[in-house]
Amino acid sequence: MSTETPVPEDTDVNRYVEVARTPEFDALRRALRRFVFPVSIAFLLWYALYVLLSAYARDFMSTKVVGHINIALIFGLLQFVSTFLIAWLYTRYADRNVDPLADDLRAKIEGGKETE
Amino acid sequence: MSETTYLAVSASTTRTLTLTLFVVLVGVTLAITIWASRQTKSAADFYAGGRTFTGFQNGMAIGGDYMSAASFLGIAGIIALNGYDGFLYSIGFLVAWLVALLLVAELMRNSGRYTMSDVLAFRMRQAPVRTAGSLSTVVVSIFYLLAQMVGAGALVALLLGIKPGDTFLGMSAETAKIVTIALIGVLMIVYVTVGGMKGTTYVQIVKAFMLMLGALLLTVLVFVHFKFNLSSLLGEAAAKSGRTPTDAFLEPGLRYGREFAGNATATLVSKLDLISLGLALVLGTAGLPHILIRFYTVPSAKVARKSVVWAIGIIGVFYLMTLALGFGAAALVGRAAILGQDPGGNTAAPQLAEQLGKQYFGGDFGGSLLLAVIAAVAFATILAVVAGLTLASSSSLAHDLYANVIKRGQTDERQEVVVARYSAFVIGAVAIVLGIFARNLNVAFLVALAFAIAASANLPAILFSLFWKKFNTRGATWGIYAGLIAAVGIVLMSPIAWGGVSGARTPATLTAAQAKTCGVPQTSKEVSNASALFSCTTAAPIPLENPGLISIPIGFLFAFLGALSSKERDPDKFAELEARSLTGAGAQ
Repeated sequence: MSTETPVPEDTDVNRYVEVARTPEFDALRRALRRFVFPVSIAFLLWYALYVLLSAYARDFMSTKVVGHINIALIFGLLQFVSTFLIAWLYTRYADRNVDPLADDLRAKIEGGKETE
Repeated sequence: MSETTYLAVSASTTRTLTLTLFVVLVGVTLAITIWASRQTKSAADFYAGGRTFTGFQNGMAIGGDYMSAASFLGIAGIIALNGYDGFLYSIGFLVAWLVALLLVAELMRNSGRYTMSDVLAFRMRQAPVRTAGSLSTVVVSIFYLLAQMVGAGALVALLLGIKPGDTFLGMSAETAKIVTIALIGVLMIVYVTVGGMKGTTYVQIVKAFMLMLGALLLTVLVFVHFKFNLSSLLGEAAAKSGRTPTDAFLEPGLRYGREFAGNATATLVSKLDLISLGLALVLGTAGLPHILIRFYTVPSAKVARKSVVWAIGIIGVFYLMTLALGFGAAALVGRAAILGQDPGGNTAAPQLAEQLGKQYFGGDFGGSLLLAVIAAVAFATILAVVAGLTLASSSSLAHDLYANVIKRGQTDERQEVVVARYSAFVIGAVAIVLGIFARNLNVAFLVALAFAIAASANLPAILFSLFWKKFNTRGATWGIYAGLIAAVGIVLMSPIAWGGVSGARTPATLTAAQAKTCGVPQTSKEVSNASALFSCTTAAPIPLENPGLISIPIGFLFAFLGALSSKERDPDKFAELEARSLTGAGAQ
């Protein structure tokens, strides 16, 4: 916390540090990172591909698919689809695989005490 | 010829309707603000709306905070005039939310309280980090504010149909701009000082509803007109675009990443500019202070997650609708009529509303009515965004600079909120004065610049703070200052500031007015950008208009090198931050 709240007593701070160094906490950290890091890299590359194709693959992007609808439009719409999909997948993943671990550890840290 | 003089057909009816709706809107938002002020007692109420908003409410408010007039009118205008390339903006603005969702929102919610710097300064020396964070917050917010306010001034003059030389209630177009900027400034000061975060949030929710409903109405009417056939909408838009071949209008490359025959340098620079813009858009959102503080208005990280998912849904649907608005305006209003009203295309969506209103709601009155409704939506859009920006910067001045740097944490929260209210007043006053001075400058670049600064200065510090154990005070301050200076510095050396022709910048076709402003003959081949800030004829030392491609790596690099070059390490404090940010323990 910021300094204008009095720094919690040592025991409190130690609880955070203690819990942060348990195997259960490692599992929580892994559970989160296992999803968010690879997916972040994936969607950034997918977006970069779209931007690079828009810049350098004009002929490909202007290929017509149906009527006046071309690949550029479909590619753009797919960026929307992938964004919605990732948001939904992440919510599902976090609800199932991250939140239960986080809630357990939170209870352990707060140990029945009231929160600040 | 009435076909080319939209907005002026029944100017007096439109003005009356528009003004009435403006007054209603201002009345409603002020009532909300006063109601919110009764429930604003503690500092957490003022800064974070009492942290009681639901995921849906905050999702709407995020949408209201994020979708600026630049999104609504700007993107519709770019699509209407340049076709497909406007879509690039929409996509960048949307995909960016995944960075916020996956990497920032929840961890930030758990480990901070009121401002971005709460998280940055958590395990570092308070004074230097909060000073840097506060400076960057204020700079980003002021630039963004200026873009909104100057845009609003021009827009209201246009929507009320006040042309140069014309008068309205005895005001010339110039006076109307000044009055609008001052009025918006005063309103945002009132929303923030009286209503705090709670008032601001409800104003943003109301705006998001209005914006979504307005855009939905226009989208449905456009599709009804084209019998729900997307391809024929696109075909008609391309046919009326005045481009050869007409299909170029539906492909990337008319505005960004242009190809200049026989000039490889200019082509390369234009493509790099496109990539640079894309990078700033996608990485900027998660570093915008007025967006970040919205995560503090919900009770937990889980609700913060839900609110970002709602925001992604709302913002995504909205940007899909801008396609219909932009292409619809190109098809139904036409390029000449749009350019005739505003060379920047900002009135494309309102012009489309007037056209559709005439067609579907019984002639001229229907046209005026729908135009007035969309004008009110645009006005609400501007009000909600400027309120969010004012709140973010005044919170940071009070909580970071005053309470934690000047007073070293020795102050009570009541005093802090008083300072926050004064700060909102000062920020508002500064924005009004700057806005009035800049009212005739082309400030559209300021939104892209705000995103670039957020991506270059704020995002590296945020990500390293949350995820990298060795990160420290020097890393944070170096990263923030280097990213900030690089982004602003590059723009000051770019074609936005210096408009001359160079190897990478081709001559522009000048209008008589532009030639006069630049002091060159109209046939001159010396000018590339006639609306450059400093000079039309001096060539820019850096040919890129968007700084992100250079300044974002600089921000990350300096944050990284700064951290490595300092011996400061505090593994216990990082362990505590991780425990708090991942579990939510001890979060307020």
